[in-house]
Amino acid sequence: MADHNINIKVNGTERKAQVESRLLLVYFLRENLSMTGTHIGCDTTHCGACTVLLDGQPVKSCTVLAVQADGREVMTVEGLETGGQLHPIQNGFWQEHGLQCGYCTPGMLMTSYALLQHNTEPSELEIRQAISGNLCRCTGYVNIIKSVQHAAAKMHADQTEVKGGV
Amino acid sequence: MIPAPFDYHAPQTLEEAVALLQSHPDEAKVLSGGQSLLPLLKLRLGAAGHLVDIGRIPGLEYIHEEGGFLKIGGRTRESALEHSDLIRSKYPLLLETAEVIADPLVRNLATVGGNLAHGDPANDHPATMLALRAEIVATGAQGTRTIPIDQFFVGLFQTALAPDEILTEIRVPEPPARSGGSYVKLERKVGDFATAATAVQVTLGPGGEVAQIGIGLTNAGPMPLRASAAEALLQGKVPSKDLIAQAAQLASQATSPGADRRGAVEYKKQMSRVLTMRALQRAVDRANQAQAEEH
Amino acid sequence: MESSTTPRTSATVCGMGHSMKRKEDPRFIRGQGHYVDDIKLPGMLHMDIVRSPYAHAKILAIRTEKALAIPGVLAVITGETLKQYNLHWMPTLMSDTQMVLPVEKVMYQAQEVAAVIATDRYIAADGVEAVEVDYEPLEVVVDPFKALLPGAPVLRTDKEGKTDNHIWHWETGDRAATEKAFAEAEVVVKQDMYIPRIHVASIETCGCVADFDPAMGHLTVHMTTQAPHAIRTVFALVAGHVGLSEEKIRIISPDIGGGFGGKVPVYPGYVIAVAASVVIGKPIKWVEDRMENLQADSFARDYHMTAELAAKKDGTMTALRIKTLADHGYADAAANPSKFPAGLFSICTGSYNLPIAFTEMDAAYTNKPPGGVAYRCSFRVTEAVHAIERVTDVLAQELKMDPAELRFKNFIQPDQFPYKSALGWEYDSGNYPGALQKAMDNIGYVELRKEQAEKRQRGELMGIGICSFTEIVGAGPSKDFDILGIKMFDSAEIRIHPTGKAIARFGTKSQGQGHETTYAQIVAEELGIPASQVQVEEGDTDTAPYGLGTYASRSTPTSGAACAIAARKIRDKAKKIAAHLLEVSEDDLEWEVGKFSVKGAPQKSKTIQEIAFAAYTNHPPGMEAGLEAVNYYDPPNLTFPFGSYICVVDIDRGTGEVKVRRFMAVDDCGNIINPMIVDGQIHGGLSMGLAPALFEEISYDEQGNISGGSFMDYLVPTSMETPNWETDKTVTPCPHHPLGAKGVGESATVGAPPAIVNAVVDALSHLGVRHIEIPMTPEKVWNILREKGVAE
Repeated sequence: MADHNINIKVNGTERKAQVESRLLLVYFLRENLSMTGTHIGCDTTHCGACTVLLDGQPVKSCTVLAVQADGREVMTVEGLETGGQLHPIQNGFWQEHGLQCGYCTPGMLMTSYALLQHNTEPSELEIRQAISGNLCRCTGYVNIIKSVQHAAAKMHADQTEVKGGV
Repeated sequence: MIPAPFDYHAPQTLEEAVALLQSHPDEAKVLSGGQSLLPLLKLRLGAAGHLVDIGRIPGLEYIHEEGGFLKIGGRTRESALEHSDLIRSKYPLLLETAEVIADPLVRNLATVGGNLAHGDPANDHPATMLALRAEIVATGAQGTRTIPIDQFFVGLFQTALAPDEILTEIRVPEPPARSGGSYVKLERKVGDFATAATAVQVTLGPGGEVAQIGIGLTNAGPMPLRASAAEALLQGKVPSKDLIAQAAQLASQATSPGADRRGAVEYKKQMSRVLTMRALQRAVDRANQAQAEEH
Repeated sequence: MESSTTPRTSATVCGMGHSMKRKEDPRFIRGQGHYVDDIKLPGMLHMDIVRSPYAHAKILAIRTEKALAIPGVLAVITGETLKQYNLHWMPTLMSDTQMVLPVEKVMYQAQEVAAVIATDRYIAADGVEAVEVDYEPLEVVVDPFKALLPGAPVLRTDKEGKTDNHIWHWETGDRAATEKAFAEAEVVVKQDMYIPRIHVASIETCGCVADFDPAMGHLTVHMTTQAPHAIRTVFALVAGHVGLSEEKIRIISPDIGGGFGGKVPVYPGYVIAVAASVVIGKPIKWVEDRMENLQADSFARDYHMTAELAAKKDGTMTALRIKTLADHGYADAAANPSKFPAGLFSICTGSYNLPIAFTEMDAAYTNKPPGGVAYRCSFRVTEAVHAIERVTDVLAQELKMDPAELRFKNFIQPDQFPYKSALGWEYDSGNYPGALQKAMDNIGYVELRKEQAEKRQRGELMGIGICSFTEIVGAGPSKDFDILGIKMFDSAEIRIHPTGKAIARFGTKSQGQGHETTYAQIVAEELGIPASQVQVEEGDTDTAPYGLGTYASRSTPTSGAACAIAARKIRDKAKKIAAHLLEVSEDDLEWEVGKFSVKGAPQKSKTIQEIAFAAYTNHPPGMEAGLEAVNYYDPPNLTFPFGSYICVVDIDRGTGEVKVRRFMAVDDCGNIINPMIVDGQIHGGLSMGLAPALFEEISYDEQGNISGGSFMDYLVPTSMETPNWETDKTVTPCPHHPLGAKGVGESATVGAPPAIVNAVVDALSHLGVRHIEIPMTPEKVWNILREKGVAE
């Protein structure tokens, strides 16, 4: 069983490695790159704790081979903060108590981030649908929804500001 | 959680892919979205010595109408169906189906072709494609051929695809005016396979009678099921509430679900009936509404 | 004790009552949490476990050659290996014994049979596949009733002289008086109830990195544990004979991805990893995958109960009787205080003024995993409250009385507190009518009943269910509470630095409850040091004061109290230092948040920061320098949070699906430290009440094969199944707690399931339905609809 040379752009930086075919993307991130923000919570593609963005789309990285991601772009929770500034979605979770144990949180953040990229004013139902592939045991989802709404409002306000307040 | 070792290939062309499948008979599996195959491999159920990833092959993801057909590339992601204006406006049955496949994250990777080629009666697209009377286009060592949907599913996890064939396109006849469709799925929670589900595509004639009807049932037996008797009952008649109820009863009788945690046989059969009623009513209502909007 | 709803401190100080944003969040939102599986140590090896496919079988042979032939597989550990060190069996928290690795036979499906040690995780998994085990299946016992029949196969053949599967009998109350009351009662209702096995399914599974340093003879175990000190002591006692000594054992509980009681017990995987590390001299990481987690550990419930209520015709309850059969799996490894094999089940008289009660329980061995006390059960309070709240509704139905009315009639009244229950608990404080009235007003109960009546005319099925629960948390007073002999106090150690900042360490261990924030808020409340400047630590047994950990909602009642007391000790010393600095007597000083000032001359004052500095630079002669205190708090009593929940459901007559349309939760946990965090605990607890009520169940067939052993069939609700929870509160302070606070983490998991069941039964009561077992799956409900002729 041959190893493969892969080159994946993770949070904007190219990461090269030689990996087994069967190496799952989540293990590549956690073990090869020591980026442990992405978590593992199940073995049947249900829980979503492993959610990352693959070419901008939120996917379950436990059900993607690292070799499948060769030449593509991955964004993880570690890539949300830029220039020392938290992304509004991160701040939203903080302000609205959208996390307790923190274990599902990276997955929730990535899914929510992706949602807000194309839907800037999601309804409660749309948020619930968007995160329906991410399980949480601690929060009952109520404050996660508020966190996303918080971020949406902030991003909307920022955009309005940029446009000159109209 | 950890798959057994396997060889991985990422061909750049369809020809390469077919050649790889040919050279590893019995051992090679097509990797499309991977959302059915990889979970199996992670549980070490179903061995695959060679994975042939068709993810690098250009020209396999598209949704467009051409020559009287809706044409969907085999590797089109479920999420693309969900977000397509064309699907939303003209193919509500497909939209409703895509929306209830697994969860939104899985749908970003899962492909329509994979959902069909897996041959799993628990998947959602098979029933829908039966209802739509779709055609499957497959490319293999012998070239390209078109397989009518009624010949596509041949057994549990078995399709008409030869080991060296790749499902490259799904063709759905463009629905005439006064058409409507609906997919109604009962699931224990979001992300589950169907306890029962029914796909209906109907076209009404000038008098409101059924001109064309297709009814497909999910997880209702070892193979995706066409409710032929129910279709025959409705053909040419105005679909009254009573007639719909009768048709649903016929559909239910044709099912042979297995008992499992989703339900006993009797419950599942009854749910086929209830959901078929609901799907029929919704499809008919949509067809009537389409007619009303025409005028 | 005064009730505090408005904070006394400023937003800067951020003491009690402030919804302070959590101090722990910055690392979690950046993906920089530090969980067990994030740990990478030099030379670390990976362990994976071979598990039994059989529920009961003799082990004939274990062949390891193929596994050992795989490059990277270093060792395969079996029961025979551990037997050499007498580590193949270990004690449980209930003083039973369980296997670490079997030598003779396996006793539950998915039991650990052997462990593979390899250089990486993938190879370890390959190694597991390559180990070959020959089994001889034995007769399986899964039904606890059958387990207790004469002639049933004896499971614990390891126990000399054991001739049956009976573990223990427990009873409390007045059996004779109860029998008499039932014999004389005007009305008697009886209801069988089964609460099936469920599983905590925290998103992080269990695991550890066992790191033995051969040079120093020192063991560090990074572990998903809710009770690190207790674990350390257990390891020292269990493995003392192989050279592990308590001062050379360090348990570090890092960030934990959810506990809920599932990370209290000592699982075989931990012990095998420790043994492997000691033998091999390298760090060993073991992290179970989800299916292992669901199939082998952390389960809860499995109580078969029969509850009876005696009452007068006017609805006054006169007596309660409950008989239970507890299915404990093959070992009693439940994490109960040692004198309470049935936990705090005797809270089953609930919120009602029941003068007479009796309850008895028998526990049985079966071929299932051991455990039982988990899933936010508060030591079996979930089971107890399910019993009383369901049988109360059965009584209401029998008497054709509105369930709210029946409850108001029987509530313990506010002026009856402290209230001595018929089964011996002294409830500290409560206002049950207040909570229920508030819930009813909030949800519009009267309008809902009208709507229900209208819908019933049209054949639509709508139900309203109430649960008015009393919880019992904060284990517990040393006279009654211990785990393996260790008393259930808890601790706080606070040290103020020269620049007026603080570090506070505790014997508890948060798994998401927000301790880094709430404890800081207590220090802020008591000392006026801004909570943002109080660093909170838990979980490292080398530095934290000894404690029994966090579960059963005990942290606020025990360590929260210890925190307040320790802070007050510091304040006492601070007063002396202030007196010295201001050159007055202590009696001339008064305290307001953050400073001491001279009575009548407020401009002469010293802030806590000035005092702290002086503690190191200018302390009074004859006094020790420094400014710190420790408190080990022995609670005088438990605390009794309570609440009233009202649930509205609509039932789909075609499919049997139950939709929770609304859920109003009114909770009372006494004085509140951080309202935002309390709300979060309620939301989470409600969701873990919804789940068992409608979705989750672990069951076994006749052969002991598990059903519900993966997330495919163990149905953890998503955001789409979970309704929008509505919450409100009343505040009835705890009279014996220094802060007037009670615990709250499990209240909602206790109160929600009966409210939901009561609602569904209520929707169908006009058809003669009295009870439905959980989980109330669509199929179960639909079968009832069909039987009653109302299925679509």
